[in-house]
Amino acid sequence: MGFFIETVLGGLMAGMLYALVGLGFVLIFKASGVFNFAQGAMVLFAALALARLAQWLPQWTGMPANGPAAFAVAFALAGVLMFALAWLIERLVLRHLVNQDGGTLLMATLGVAYFIEGFGQSLFGSDIYKIDLGMPKDPAFVLVSVIPGGVLVNREDFYAALIAAALVAALSLFFARTATGRALRAVADDHLAAQSIGIPLRRIWVIVWCVAGVVALVAGMIWGSKLGVQFSLATVALRALPVVILGGLTSVPGAIAGGLLVGVGEKLSEVYVGPYLGGGIEIWFAYALALACLLMRPQGLFGEKIIDRV
Amino acid sequence: MFYRDNGELKTSYGADAQIFALAQERWAFIAFMVAAFAVVPLVADAYWLRAVLIPFLVLSLAAVGLNILVGYCGQISLGAGAFMGIGAYAAYNLHVRIPGMPLVLSLAGGGLAATLAGMVFGIPSLRVRGLYLAVATLAAQFFSDWAFLRLGWLSNDSSSGSVTVSGLEAFGVRLDTPQAIYVFCLAVVTVLGLAAKNLVRGAAGRQWMAIRDMDVAASVIGVNPVMAKLSAFAVSSFLIGSAGALWGFMHLGSWEPSAFSIDRSFQLLFMVIIGGLGSIAGGFMGAAFIVLVPLALNRLLPIAGDALGMPFSTAAASHAESMLFGALIVWFLIVEPHGLARLWSLARQRARLWPFAHGAGA
Repeated sequence: MGFFIETVLGGLMAGMLYALVGLGFVLIFKASGVFNFAQGAMVLFAALALARLAQWLPQWTGMPANGPAAFAVAFALAGVLMFALAWLIERLVLRHLVNQDGGTLLMATLGVAYFIEGFGQSLFGSDIYKIDLGMPKDPAFVLVSVIPGGVLVNREDFYAALIAAALVAALSLFFARTATGRALRAVADDHLAAQSIGIPLRRIWVIVWCVAGVVALVAGMIWGSKLGVQFSLATVALRALPVVILGGLTSVPGAIAGGLLVGVGEKLSEVYVGPYLGGGIEIWFAYALALACLLMRPQGLFGEKIIDRV
Repeated sequence: MFYRDNGELKTSYGADAQIFALAQERWAFIAFMVAAFAVVPLVADAYWLRAVLIPFLVLSLAAVGLNILVGYCGQISLGAGAFMGIGAYAAYNLHVRIPGMPLVLSLAGGGLAATLAGMVFGIPSLRVRGLYLAVATLAAQFFSDWAFLRLGWLSNDSSSGSVTVSGLEAFGVRLDTPQAIYVFCLAVVTVLGLAAKNLVRGAAGRQWMAIRDMDVAASVIGVNPVMAKLSAFAVSSFLIGSAGALWGFMHLGSWEPSAFSIDRSFQLLFMVIIGGLGSIAGGFMGAAFIVLVPLALNRLLPIAGDALGMPFSTAAASHAESMLFGALIVWFLIVEPHGLARLWSLARQRARLWPFAHGAGA
């Protein structure tokens, strides 16, 4: 029993991190109808920028190395870089592809992904870098009184999941309470109607890409501190893809629910089914889950119903 | 001046419907093929054959296959690498497990296995489209990556799924020189390429294009979407699977599952976009571009680096390559979505009118 709960908890915490990457997909898709394949490349770029700036800043300015000050400044600078990237993507790519069908946009973001990967690595280097968030790494036992032996929880994962949850809450507030957030939701509902009441579409797109950039930065920070900042971070997006398919591409709560579902499903399947199949089934299990969902509910668990018009 | 429609009188439907309607183009194509079969093996050295021409031929076959699915039928696939892998491993199993299996049949069996897999993974296309379908094809990619690595039976229980083929021969000729391999690949690609060209010109191709342009409208005018989509998946997967078998047997000789990873899928998709969506010739042009550019970059960048006094490492060259391809994809999608094939047909159009700027019709 304790082992089962441990697995589920581990899955939930991993799922929160998937949800974080999935959120980046959903934000952009809702606002601009673009399925942003470059989200993974943005995570990699942000993590590289953060890791390298935190390393370089002390050398340039004489700040204390590994201090919170250097890290905070590096975080802010990386955020500015992500804003610049978002603005450039809108200016150079999206603006020229308005009204193209989803497939073309998808392939365009694939091109953007390759560009950002190459650019980020030529700028910041392509070795493995570390991001040290100063989180406690030692595991903790909880619920000792309820279950004999207690449940082993990885504290680092726990704090990471907390950060992710905080970001999700902040984004929900931003969408629900601010004027910009309302404008974003209006654009998501209907481009034309939003434009007709004077909402500037292009500015909204820049903003939404900026928000996705910030989400990528936070995701890159957490994933980077877990796995090390390296090229494989870009593939995190591929693992988060089934999350948004499962949850529905147009639903923020769906991304979170999908992330948790995939996280738990992956861990449980790896532990209980994996040994019979030779192990390593994590990588396609989420896709199989998403595929099964697609066949029954093409719009995902929480997505809006897709209606065809001729 | 010399290259024009005047005097080309068609007296039968067959003559009117042939692939190369102009006599000049027909003769140019025949001369090109004769040169490719007879002259190239004599003049090209082993490096060119092994590093450029054979990869180009095999990848263009795969790109033509992917183009049928993406460019003609409008179903985005990010799993082409998986179907190449399925073709390669199926052909390997036929080759190893059945003694005396002719090479051509092994390769065809690889193609057929990929066809089956393609139709299975094409089933979601009946329910979903666009981005959602792309995810379904990604599922094929990740599942096959895992299967080749973990299911020992598929790779004859070799460690980490790496397999080797040797002692190949076709029609009594041993395929152990680059020249022989080149001619064999060229023959396969020519036959399958022409077959693909004829398919897309006929009823099947028109149904695919109708589905691509608007599937609901196509089904209203009587195109059966199930048949059209599944046949596109089948034909495309057969070509890609055959290309995968060729890639393993002819180009690599021994390979691991990573030879057919998602990077291969993206590479094929890039060929289709750069070459031209919805064009058979585009598949060849895109493959040529993607094979040649990295080679050229690896040659030129160090020279440019030396000239500027900044040494270029291999890593820097590969980053430059990925930036260049990314930028090119975006550029082509914005400026010329029909790719190199469109530029080529525009140039041909100009040549037909030369020396005049405009023609009456034509």
